[in-house]
Amino acid sequence: MPETLTKFIFGRLTWESLPLHEPIVVGTFIVVALGGLALLGAVTYFKLWGYLWREWFTSVDHKKIGIMYMVLGLVMLLRGFSDAIMMRLQQAIAFNGSEGYLNAHHYDQIFTAHGVIMIFFVAMPFVTGLMNFVVPLQIGARDVSFPFLNNFSFWMTVGGAILVMASLFVGEFARTGWLAYPPLSGINYSPDVGVDYYIWALQVAGVGTTLSGINLICTIIKMRAPGMTMMRMPVFTWTSLCTNVLIVASFPVLTAVLTLLALDRYVGTNFFTNDFGGNPMMYVNLIWIWGHPEVYILILPLFGVFSEVTSTFSGKRLFGYTSMVYATVVITILSYLVWLHHFFTMGSGASVNSFFGITTMIISIPTGAKIFNWLFTMYRGRIRFELPMMWTVAFMLTFVVGGMTGVLLAVPPADFVLHNSLFLIAHFHNVIIGGVLFGLFAGIAYWWPKAFGFKLDPFWGKVSFWCWVLGFWFAFMPLYILGLMGVTRRMRVFDDPSLQIWFVIAGFGAALIACGIAAFLVQIFVSIRKRAELVDVTGDPWGGRTLEWSTSSPPPAYNFAFTPVIRDNDAWWDMKKAGYRRPLSGFRPIHMPSNTGTGVILAALSVALGFGLIWYMWWLAALSFVCLIATAIGHTFNYHRDFDIPAAEVAQTEEARTKLLAAQGASA
Amino acid sequence: MALTTITADAEPVFHLEEEHAHAEGGSTMLGFWLYLMSDCLIFAMLFAAFGVLGGNYAAGPAPKDLFDLGLVAVNTTMLLLSSITYGFAMLTMDKGRVGATQGWLAVTMLFGLAFLSIELYEFAHMIREGATPQRSAFLSSFFTLVGTHGLHVTFGIVWMVTLMVQVARYGLIKANRRRLMCLSMFWHFLDVVWIGVFTFVYLMGMLR
Repeated sequence: MPETLTKFIFGRLTWESLPLHEPIVVGTFIVVALGGLALLGAVTYFKLWGYLWREWFTSVDHKKIGIMYMVLGLVMLLRGFSDAIMMRLQQAIAFNGSEGYLNAHHYDQIFTAHGVIMIFFVAMPFVTGLMNFVVPLQIGARDVSFPFLNNFSFWMTVGGAILVMASLFVGEFARTGWLAYPPLSGINYSPDVGVDYYIWALQVAGVGTTLSGINLICTIIKMRAPGMTMMRMPVFTWTSLCTNVLIVASFPVLTAVLTLLALDRYVGTNFFTNDFGGNPMMYVNLIWIWGHPEVYILILPLFGVFSEVTSTFSGKRLFGYTSMVYATVVITILSYLVWLHHFFTMGSGASVNSFFGITTMIISIPTGAKIFNWLFTMYRGRIRFELPMMWTVAFMLTFVVGGMTGVLLAVPPADFVLHNSLFLIAHFHNVIIGGVLFGLFAGIAYWWPKAFGFKLDPFWGKVSFWCWVLGFWFAFMPLYILGLMGVTRRMRVFDDPSLQIWFVIAGFGAALIACGIAAFLVQIFVSIRKRAELVDVTGDPWGGRTLEWSTSSPPPAYNFAFTPVIRDNDAWWDMKKAGYRRPLSGFRPIHMPSNTGTGVILAALSVALGFGLIWYMWWLAALSFVCLIATAIGHTFNYHRDFDIPAAEVAQTEEARTKLLAAQGASA
Repeated sequence: MALTTITADAEPVFHLEEEHAHAEGGSTMLGFWLYLMSDCLIFAMLFAAFGVLGGNYAAGPAPKDLFDLGLVAVNTTMLLLSSITYGFAMLTMDKGRVGATQGWLAVTMLFGLAFLSIELYEFAHMIREGATPQRSAFLSSFFTLVGTHGLHVTFGIVWMVTLMVQVARYGLIKANRRRLMCLSMFWHFLDVVWIGVFTFVYLMGMLR
């Protein structure tokens, strides 16, 4: 084939783009390929494709989409953690002249991929999945405001994840650090595809995130059951609302700034270049205007989880509901006023730095108020130390330390010493693992029985809990010490042998966390095996207080046979106290949205578009863009997007549950 | 949403007997507003970038060398008129007059196309003179801000054609009215953004 034609078809994709010279990557590829083939083979063998397509991939049911988000988060957690443990191993052995086992080219991709994956494709899907599953149930709704959009958002997130994963085996990933600061991420210093993978993966996923934010805000504002005023919403719903407001008000900033970076790289504009009037520091400002709200996007919903868990497992109404709500709102607003603390060293001057230092410190006030609210909820409560509560207590102990080191870093002079040191790394892992991850595990243990109708096995849960908590302390406390000694982040080899012991301890911690992850997987496996023992037919295994516990586990497609009427903050608790009896007759047909495959198709086309742009396959980019627009327009010609579940079917579903409950009542 | 009032001694009401079905598309307007606000933030970023970089000519051409305020004034008129005619389309839609609605939409689209043509002419003229997006940070941010607005107008026109086909096929049914309403908000939003562009980029650019 003539060279020009090859170049036209494949752009800059050549055989050399495949990292065959990296034995580690080749090994990974073989394992992933074999695992993937085994999975695909199993799905084909058990003839599950039709089932998966009809019941899951094309589903617009918020519960199923929520669960799919959680699966995505879990899969990507394994990838992100593999990166983490590789870095820990490298840093533990690269002393005394040893180069370790990772070359610089590979190592730089690993720390970039670790950050990007953990934030965008682990924490975000987990958080979005949890909100998707829980919020409509908590507010007594049948689904979200825009069910199709919900499915589309999910698949766009998957599309972004696919692009990141593809970069591992086709080409390379960015070597710039997770925020890809220019001029390093500009075309002169990163001429390869790495940064382009970064840009288009985040753009594709970002569309999904923004739309799901809009969707959940509308759901919470418009779809609450009658009687649920704003100040009667469960705290998790409140924190979800604030998080989604943050998403809608910050992800467009990321979209814009990445677009500008892409223009610099593709068109040759001069936004962030060093010459022709460009300004690289503008990138840093803009990306942190998104980036700081982002960390609150991650943590706020988990504050909601801890609130639900603390009050349920203390058997008490949440202490200080109103202050909790206001604290959340204040954090939401303040999170926009602190972005500059990520680069005090930029040299904005004392006044600017003082302003951002002070606003940063102020955030600890509403956060502290929350901690006290949880403590006062526990005070004189009848605390049951089940798994979700254990995670909550571990969170409180761990997160407070992370919060305090955060306040320390908020002092500009201290930050000049600690900027980009391992102290910073320890700080944000302290709050993200100690806050977000612990909260997710609390939430998963708490709502798992709602999603699947049986509890998670407590033994393996406790093994996972202790491995995670101890592993975290072992892995990150040494990093605080190293940071104070002046060790900077993203180092591959070290000269000073006295530092090695701390990296070895950190490596040990990472190994413990690996055990924690393994135990979590075992826990899921064991729980599925023992589901008959762990079963819960009541739908209310924990003595819950909010509406989601009033329906069956798993909830029927329509969530609630009748729309509930809310009289109190703890709506379900109030219903139980007031002598609620399940309605057994008088069912009406229920209006529900229909499934559609359009979301999958649109996301697949977006991935193709991204791939075309990354590899300069302009024909592919143009073709998939045209198909994308055509499919989207074609979809709008479908006016029949819903159907009615007949009253008889509702009656049948409810009757089945009545029998189950009666059978359990008889055996008890 | 009817709120059931409950007095303390009455038999508690736990659920609604009759389904107060959430009207189809009941959240659409709010959702679209939120989308517009997110889009507005993208423009805010582009304005901010222009604010920071707008004076960085890199020894290249400055606004005074490039902008033809007369042409921009004509262009602005086109877009403002298109907003008025879209308003007429909505008024006739409310009266249920399909033909008139379609007619006003077509007029709106023509004004939109006129706006785009003038903009493209302006861009081509600038590029011919060597004022390319690559020439300086000022021109990078100028082309990106104005071009993004232009892309939005293009998208609006594609959307308008789609809706005209749908109105022709299915009439002014509820779903189509809702869609026309969304496009209306989108179209007026672009007008508002353009007023910002006209003032901030062109008028103030000439004063620099």
